[in-house]
Amino acid sequence: MTTRDENILEVCNLRTHFRTDDGLVKAVDGVSFSVKRGETLGIVGESGSGKSVTCLSAMQLVPRPPASHPTGEIYFGNTDLLGLTEHEIEKLRGERLAMIFQDPLTSLNPYLTIARQLTEVLEVHRGATPTAARRTSIEMLERVGIPDAAERIDQYPHQFSGGMRQRVMIAMALLCGPEVLFADEPTTALDVTIQAQILELIKDLQTAIGTAVVLVTHDLGVVAGTTDRVAVMYAGRIVEEGTTAEVFANPQHPYTRGLLESMPRIDTPLQKTLYAIPGLPPDLGNLPTGCPFHPRCGLATDQCRKTYPDSKTVSSTHRASCWEVEANE
Amino acid sequence: MNTTGKPDTPLLDVSDLAVEFRVPSRGSVFSEDSKDIKAVDGVSFSMARGETLGLVGESGCGKSTTGRAVLQLVRPTRGHVVFDEEPIHEFWRKKGQKWVWDHRLLDLRRRMQMIFQDPFASLNPRMTVETILSEPLRNFDVVQGTQRREKIQHLLMTVGMDPRCMRRYPHEFSGGQRQRIGIARALALGPDFIVADEPISALDVSIQAQIMNLLSELREKLGLTLLFIAHDLAAIRHVSDRIAVMYLGRIVELADAQTIVDRPQHPYTQALLSAVPIPDPTREQSRQRTVLSGEMPSPINPPSGCPFHTRCPFSEDRCRTEVPRMRTIDTGHQVACHLVE
Ligand SMILES: Nc1ncnc2c1ncn2[C@@H]1O[C@H](COP(=O)(O)OP(=O)(O)O)[C@@H](O)[C@H]1O
Ligand SMILES: Nc1ncnc2c1ncn2[C@@H]1O[C@H](COP(=O)(O)OP(=O)(O)O)[C@@H](O)[C@H]1O
Ligand SMILES: [Mg+2]
Ligand SMILES: [Mg+2]
Repeated sequence: MTTRDENILEVCNLRTHFRTDDGLVKAVDGVSFSVKRGETLGIVGESGSGKSVTCLSAMQLVPRPPASHPTGEIYFGNTDLLGLTEHEIEKLRGERLAMIFQDPLTSLNPYLTIARQLTEVLEVHRGATPTAARRTSIEMLERVGIPDAAERIDQYPHQFSGGMRQRVMIAMALLCGPEVLFADEPTTALDVTIQAQILELIKDLQTAIGTAVVLVTHDLGVVAGTTDRVAVMYAGRIVEEGTTAEVFANPQHPYTRGLLESMPRIDTPLQKTLYAIPGLPPDLGNLPTGCPFHPRCGLATDQCRKTYPDSKTVSSTHRASCWEVEANE
Repeated sequence: MNTTGKPDTPLLDVSDLAVEFRVPSRGSVFSEDSKDIKAVDGVSFSMARGETLGLVGESGCGKSTTGRAVLQLVRPTRGHVVFDEEPIHEFWRKKGQKWVWDHRLLDLRRRMQMIFQDPFASLNPRMTVETILSEPLRNFDVVQGTQRREKIQHLLMTVGMDPRCMRRYPHEFSGGQRQRIGIARALALGPDFIVADEPISALDVSIQAQIMNLLSELREKLGLTLLFIAHDLAAIRHVSDRIAVMYLGRIVELADAQTIVDRPQHPYTQALLSAVPIPDPTREQSRQRTVLSGEMPSPINPPSGCPFHTRCPFSEDRCRTEVPRMRTIDTGHQVACHLVE
């Protein structure tokens, strides 16, 4: 196990629940993971599994209500983010913690020029003068690959293409050199050739700045190519977690194995039919008892239908929550 | 199956298909200031009976417009679409200022259908599944009364749904189930040709595999000819016999699916392939990746010469001036690139 010194982020038993008309939705229900300085952790899972809410909880951006205050701990260095006041977390956001989204318009204001939005970050967090802020902003836009940055900085978000807006948002998120970047499906809406550009960009900037990245995606291919470690989420919990190499080489949870087998791949001989995980993703407002994956699992036993499995150690850097996994203590 | 033509003729033959859209230029509301978008610009391909052709390319390259023009859901500006030996691009008539289908095209609707990316958008939220599925049957007066209900039950079972769900509304279903309902509706009239426009793009990974398997199964069972549109090359390769790669309104390479993956010749196909993530960290690390610079230009102002030259790592002078023609370089393998021998 690693110590808190190496970990820039340590999430312990995080729970974020929503009160909705359909009852209590346990969007995140006992999630624990850590991220080391400069490393990339992938969070993968189907839609509704709680990936975004996990990141938003750390940033304290979950709307309350309908969410209740998240419980558990999220250590950023020695600070528990969940214990901070709105004012205190505000100071960290944009400077030491940053987040980018699938839709750049979530973080870009459509009514303000790119210049206004970027320089404001620097003026507020860094006390930069307007001239210096503008210069730094243009440099950052150039770094993320915006052509003619000195002119385009005075344009509005809608004057940029989807891929270019994504770059602008990355520029804004990285302006102050954050220690942790939450990237929530940053390439899901983009074409593969643009996705490759953006992932490469995030990697390059990460190396240069030393930012730790939490990369949320539903694409195991993206996880394989860009992350050091991966956490697989299902129904608000992490069902498997480990180094990317171990999880792909030796997946333990039937859900992880199912996801891997159900992906069509260009690098393997064609199979006539793909393996398809049977059934439907779970309804979080109405979860089955025991392991929430059991209705879709070929290995399910009575025990799985009754009790949620503990996390089992596969290796010192790999764990999985499944009754069928042989623990390797 | 109601295929009537000779089995050795292609079911579909598309040549030099073009579709232009007139759009107002930026900031102007006057029609004199409008510009033409060449959404599809000289696309040719043919499809054998029972074949699946995959159409792949990045968003905005003209895939949907091609699919819609093949079905005559949009009137082609130029070119021929021959379906079962009939020139269906001619099956239009002018009504006042507008072009409308003539009766021959209306009849063909039974044989040519479409499946959409977002099944919710194509399903009326206020109609039950039964009404949604009986609509095409009623329009074409195929079956009545109790027979109609039996037909609907049968359709739902064909797509792997419980027939008892007939009385429910679209919003009560998950994305994958809604797509199944969309497929059932496309199958209602017993078509032999289907355009599936990104049918799995909006679905979860575990559900994508279910729908791909369903489509393959139906295609075999019903003898469907399928034009499968997607931007995901791995998915396309899985379901298609042949693949056509589109870029900026044109097909730049066409070959059987395995050849596209094993021996891509066009630099764009090569780049597209190298950008497809592989779920294997060891392979990802050792991969040579061609990361393309820039983005696909707008079809309002397409570049001169080869449409890909602005991003092509190998472009030469000739590429900037001369449009490369589609050439056959091997049996069944066509490429439009000056640099391919
Ligand atoms: N503002 C909200 N109000 C009610 N429920 C929400 C809200 N945001 C998220 N949820 C619920 O939390 C669950 C997890 O959502 P999310 O973290 O966005 O999933 P993911 O990012 O993995 O697709 C979902 O079931 C979703 O419906
Ligand atoms: N009805 C329309 N009016 C104007 N432009 C259109 C229309 N439909 C499509 N286009 C334009 O035509 C081009 C091709 O679009 P489309 O066929 O939808 O591409 P794809 O399906 O490959 O994403 C795009 O530039 C798009 O904006
Ligand atoms: Mg999300
Ligand atoms: Mg489309």
